[in-house]
Amino acid sequence: MPPATKPQTASSLLALRGVSKAFPNGTLALSNLEFDVRAGEFLSLLGPSGCGKSTALRIIAGLSPPSQGSVEWPAQGMAADRTSRIGFVFQEPTLMPWASVFDNAALPLVLKGVPAESIAKRVTGTLDRVGLAKFAQVFPRELSGGMRMRVSIARALVTEPQLLLMDEPFAALDEITRFKLNNDLLQIWQATGTTVVFVTHSVFESVYLSSRILVMTARPGRVSAELAIEAPYPRDQNFRTSAEYAAYCRRASTALAQAMADDKAAGDRA
Amino acid sequence: MNAARTKQERHDRALRIALPILVLALVLLIWEAIVHVNHIPPYVLPGPGLILGTLADDWELLSQSLLVTLATTVEGFLLAAFGGVGLALLFNQSRLLEYSLYPYAVILQVTPIVAIAPLLLIYLPQPLAVLACAWIVAFFPVLANTTLGLHSVDRNLSDLFTLYGASRRQVLWHLKLPSALPYILGGLQIAGGLSLIGAVVAEIAAGSAGAGSGLAYRIAESGYRLNIPRMFAALLLLSVAGIAIFYALSFVNHLALRRWHESALSRES
Repeated sequence: MPPATKPQTASSLLALRGVSKAFPNGTLALSNLEFDVRAGEFLSLLGPSGCGKSTALRIIAGLSPPSQGSVEWPAQGMAADRTSRIGFVFQEPTLMPWASVFDNAALPLVLKGVPAESIAKRVTGTLDRVGLAKFAQVFPRELSGGMRMRVSIARALVTEPQLLLMDEPFAALDEITRFKLNNDLLQIWQATGTTVVFVTHSVFESVYLSSRILVMTARPGRVSAELAIEAPYPRDQNFRTSAEYAAYCRRASTALAQAMADDKAAGDRA
Repeated sequence: MNAARTKQERHDRALRIALPILVLALVLLIWEAIVHVNHIPPYVLPGPGLILGTLADDWELLSQSLLVTLATTVEGFLLAAFGGVGLALLFNQSRLLEYSLYPYAVILQVTPIVAIAPLLLIYLPQPLAVLACAWIVAFFPVLANTTLGLHSVDRNLSDLFTLYGASRRQVLWHLKLPSALPYILGGLQIAGGLSLIGAVVAEIAAGSAGAGSGLAYRIAESGYRLNIPRMFAALLLLSVAGIAIFYALSFVNHLALRRWHESALSRES
């Protein structure tokens, strides 16, 4: 396997060094995973279900310790103050059904003990940014799937995180809603300058969004290819229908197919 | 189309209220008729009219007894509510405590209260023994439901709280208790009816010892005196009390959950 990481140009925000993860039932989810996340980039982890993408994300977030290896944070203070610098968006909206949109988005600030006036200002600003300004007092059950995901994104953004971790956030949505949220996410990413690590199993989504894609193989998960998407931002519908986009999608598909073929070969040998 | 549906709904609701009332009226009529036609003496089977008359005549005595029973029930219920929720919270915070005590809570629950009541009456002063019975039967559903509720927290939400560095108290207050609320309220609803049953059982047991003044005691006492109409009247009051407790708790349940929980939502919304 060729080394997946290239020499760094932008400064590295975090680095996974030889990360392996074995679950108590003996499954090896990740094996010797190595990659950098560069400050400000939009990085996608693309791979089939069960390749450990989500596990990698949880390890970065500190929700699950690696069995071997480590996550390094070269940036000062990032490791120490991870709770306020990381936003996490799950595959499900994961909202508190008993709390209004406002209270859901305010949760990270409430838990940190931020004063109420400051919370009100920041939450209102964030809800405005994700297009939920009018829905602050509505309860989650009254919202559509796409709107719920917006609340979830607002909650992740409200702390103005340096790193936004997203675990297949749009997988359960219909395509039209997903396109809309893709565009809005890119806009937010550009406006805030945050770094995004985005887990997906959709070739098209990863190409459309990312500045860089890491293709992963399954069982155990490791990086098998790296693809830089050099198309300029802002990207829009024109990019989605361009020949350039189609070419990138073809390359990403090929890389993914290759990863899965390697995986199968490895599995057959074993 | 919407208007037609609401009309249909209103019609449906009217039927749901009218039909049981109609059945009740019919049963009472037949009952009264049977008693009249067959000249059944009141000490065998009093007619509904006589029972209502007795209820009015003996109102002073019976309402006193009702208050006694209700007071025991409410006290037992409150103790069960606080005791059950409190114990469940303790269990949730300390696994050791849960392992040590939970089996005994189960034992207390599965041993029939009718069998425990006479023993309690030996060792405790009577009002306290009655209260203890109401508490014993009522607290377990609160404990069991609250425990279940505290364990049924959404995993991802729990992770989110960990990610944002929530303290144990914050997790309890902002996550576990709200998640458990529907379960707790369900437990309380069961506990309301059970604390009445507990109070009645203990009063009956105490009644045979010759003391007490609650409604159940009146039933036992009237039985010995062959005052069957008063037995029925006291029984009627007990049923009404039980129904009132049930609906009061349903109402509280509805108020607490109507904005977000599935159980309190109509299909349409």
